[in-house]
Amino acid sequence: MDKSFGPVEALKDVSLTVREGRVHTLLGENGAGKSTLMKILAGVHAPTRGSIFLHGAETVFASPGDARRKGISIVYQELSLANNLTVAENIYANHQPHRFGIVNRRQLMLETRKLLRDLDIPIEGEAPVSSLSMAQRQLAEIAKALSHPSRIIIMDEPTSSLSHGEVHILFGVIERLKAQGKAVIYISHRMDEIMRISDEISVMRDGRLLCTLQKQDTTIDELIALMVGREMRDIYPPRRASPSREGTPLLEVRHLSSPGQFQGVDFSVRRGEVLGVFGLIGSGRTEVMKALFGLRLATGEILIDGKPVQLRSPADAIAHDMAYVTENRKEEGLVLQHSVTRNINMVYFHHGGARFGLVDAGAEARMAHDALDRMNIKIVSPEQAVGDLSGGNQQKIVFSKWMGLKPRIFILDEPTRGIDVSARYEIYSVIRELAAAGTAVILVSSDLPEVLSMSDRLLVMRERRIVKQLDTVGLSQEEVMSYATGVPSA
Amino acid sequence: MIPSKPQLSKTRTVSSFVPATARQRSAGWVKQYGGILTGLLVLVALFWRLSPNFMVVGNLLNIVLQVSITAILAFGMTYVLLLGEIDLSVGAAVALVGTVAALGLQHGLWLGIVIPLALLAGLALGAINGMLSSLLGIPSFIVTLATMGIFRGLAYIVSGGVPITVDNEHFVALANGSVLSAPVPIWILLALLLGNQFILSKTVFGRKVYLAGGNREAALYSGVNVPGLKIIIFMLSGLMAGISGVLMTARLYSAQPNAGMGYELDAIAAAALGGTSLSGGYGTVTGTLVGALIIGVINNGMNLLSVPYFYQLIVKGIVILAAVCIDVQSKKSRS
Repeated sequence: MDKSFGPVEALKDVSLTVREGRVHTLLGENGAGKSTLMKILAGVHAPTRGSIFLHGAETVFASPGDARRKGISIVYQELSLANNLTVAENIYANHQPHRFGIVNRRQLMLETRKLLRDLDIPIEGEAPVSSLSMAQRQLAEIAKALSHPSRIIIMDEPTSSLSHGEVHILFGVIERLKAQGKAVIYISHRMDEIMRISDEISVMRDGRLLCTLQKQDTTIDELIALMVGREMRDIYPPRRASPSREGTPLLEVRHLSSPGQFQGVDFSVRRGEVLGVFGLIGSGRTEVMKALFGLRLATGEILIDGKPVQLRSPADAIAHDMAYVTENRKEEGLVLQHSVTRNINMVYFHHGGARFGLVDAGAEARMAHDALDRMNIKIVSPEQAVGDLSGGNQQKIVFSKWMGLKPRIFILDEPTRGIDVSARYEIYSVIRELAAAGTAVILVSSDLPEVLSMSDRLLVMRERRIVKQLDTVGLSQEEVMSYATGVPSA
Repeated sequence: MIPSKPQLSKTRTVSSFVPATARQRSAGWVKQYGGILTGLLVLVALFWRLSPNFMVVGNLLNIVLQVSITAILAFGMTYVLLLGEIDLSVGAAVALVGTVAALGLQHGLWLGIVIPLALLAGLALGAINGMLSSLLGIPSFIVTLATMGIFRGLAYIVSGGVPITVDNEHFVALANGSVLSAPVPIWILLALLLGNQFILSKTVFGRKVYLAGGNREAALYSGVNVPGLKIIIFMLSGLMAGISGVLMTARLYSAQPNAGMGYELDAIAAAALGGTSLSGGYGTVTGTLVGALIIGVINNGMNLLSVPYFYQLIVKGIVILAAVCIDVQSKKSRS
């Protein structure tokens, strides 16, 4: 099967076979062609050449609706829920049970409850989507896809916003689908998950499908090498020695509380230290970071260099050399329709980058140039809109916009979400470099291997409190999870 | 992962960065204004062919003079739209500010006091809009829909419902005098165009407007005081309405409580025609001026051709739809 977009060949001679009752994982870096392939299967695009066979019979998907009628469901990476409606209304958005155009609410609720129960998804059908966490929305999205009778279910990075516990729920759902004889096509960047859930694994690179392997015949190292096309030693850059624990910490937080958000948070970070913060979704991690950055009201004390400071707005935090890479780069980090240069200078132009209130275009161009070079950002032109870039390059731009200010305290909230393994490695290297240069890094993540490998110390949050502080050397995932869930490990 | 080669190849990055050349800059300029400028030129060519009285210096100056008041209002509207907001009260603000200025002159106040007073009144009206919207969190559409009525009502009450005549010759010269054989409002329009263009493209303030309009959350996280910015934006819109109010009163030799009725819609149309995004983050005052000129040329041309007014309304509506349609399509194909 081929697919071209104008002169760009997105897919070249791809053949993929998916079997009933199996989980088939597609692996590849961003831009390898996975999403294009999935969109063809979902009927969004038509292949330029080649055919699709369903149960041996050649089929054409005229539209997404047509593909759905023929039994293909897709869970997109980007959420497609309407926040103002309830879970039930979203799940049955375009096929609500009705009579003469009037929605039968009771029937709707009954069907939703049954669907959610069958899938073992712990969400209420009556709940408005706006009240759900990102993870719960992802699960609702999956329920929405499965509300149609389907034979093939495609999941495009369904776990990118899920924490450990919720991934577990999702995997339960996948196992159940397998048992019902359905085929699941699974796309993810998280290697450990892929090894847990897959039956077959296909690796894509540069629009080609390189090979399909049985899970038991391969290893993570082999898959990464195939995917990236060069030999890889590791997913994470090597550890350095932890900084000394002597002297005044750079940032100290005492009894930070915010009603309904978090309670009695105490911690400190030193120069050159990477402090990991781990907790399940809803544990209050992001709320603490927002309070630190002056975006939430909180009581308690914040000390920088041992001196108490008042952080009432992000401007205050920035004035104290703080930087914040937020959880959602598209919503809070970037202006997608603006140029690369503008986005890189988003903070700099009004914090030190201007003279007499005037924007210094020359300084901005140099700033952008340096950042593109240093962060290895791949673009066509600095005037290109950032919305056209891949997730990895976008995230590097979010980093760049802060790097120019040379912050001393860097808060990173899920910095590698939805990013391929090469870009991840580069971002991890930047984190190591920052720490080596004496920056205090707070790394919030729901990717447990990531926080364990990258941090010197780890805070575990549960139910809006910090429940444990741990040294990461020799620490096991099981131990961290037992604190995060409150369930002692077996 | 560490690549087997020691260095991540930097050649894959666009590191051969060069500052935009003059040619690239003009290419960007064409990309930005090419569509609407072509539209304007087509209309000019059309009326030139159809009416012998169109392409005459006197008539062309007349067009610019006629659009100057809506164009100035539209400059203010451009700021508001750039932030993703809307200001429906500017037409009523024109009438209220004009009334205040005329009353001041009638009471024998000196011109050097009346004009600053009028501009301050405009700023104050804008501040009311901005603060109601920003501090109370009411959408600006609702706030300015309400203040549109309030300002208009006040204009009627203060004026007693009748025009207030102005006989100060220096004041009326603001709209009816000439400098270097061009009417004064054209010079004021030009100065405001350059000033606003400079503010939006060169100053930190202008950049904050684009940032906050492009993505409010991202601006907030970058340390921009977005609620404060919104108040200033509405004050600027009020100031532009104040200037328009003064010019209007001078031009009519009187302040009329029903002046500027519906001008807010012309201002929005001019900005939209000029490529300003109604959802924020995109647009320029230069584009807005071209948009205002398109509307002015259509009005003038159809008057010369004695097209009945009712048909003029329909033609204007169709031209606006067509222009915005072409703009949307060309932007879509670009991305």
